[in-house]
Amino acid sequence: MSDFLSRSSAAFPSDMAARKEAMMNNVRQELAFANAQELMNKASDRCFTKCVTKPGDSLSSSEQTCLSRCLDRYMEAFDIVSRTYTARVSRERQEGQATPLQDSL
Amino acid sequence: MAEKFDEATQKELASFLETQQAIARLNSSVQQLTTTCWDKCITGTPSTRFSRGEENCLSNCVQRFLDTSLFMVSQIEQKRTAAQGGR
Repeated sequence: MSDFLSRSSAAFPSDMAARKEAMMNNVRQELAFANAQELMNKASDRCFTKCVTKPGDSLSSSEQTCLSRCLDRYMEAFDIVSRTYTARVSRERQEGQATPLQDSL
Repeated sequence: MAEKFDEATQKELASFLETQQAIARLNSSVQQLTTTCWDKCITGTPSTRFSRGEENCLSNCVQRFLDTSLFMVSQIEQKRTAAQGGR
């Protein structure tokens, strides 16, 4: 029986490759989702603080305008920080310095 | 029930996961830095675009934060060397 199973796994290498790919894609998706969720949580927190200074009965139209602009700016800020950070880390890595920054990548 | 991955695939998955964990650490650093630098640089009401000053402040903020962590490490190193020399 076990002999049969081990032979069957060798007989279908593409099945194993497919399972491997599926597993990798799952991990990538989970990671991307967690990152997006974190970004939304932080943006909500920062923009609520900035735009809803005195909570009323409902979100006023000026608050909504502020929130929508704030979300755009927050995502832009994330983009700027991300680009600056990765550029710096890869530059230092290329220069071959043994810096602690490399540990974060 | 699916069978176990063969040894080569297990190795490949292990190194894949290490890379993904590194990406996760990078993501979390960028998330943290974004809030820190947002709080420092974006003081006014959000507008339809960043001012030149805000944009520069954000990228300077990242650069100086990284300078700071390098500086701190070198300070600790110096203190450690000085303490060892004094023994």
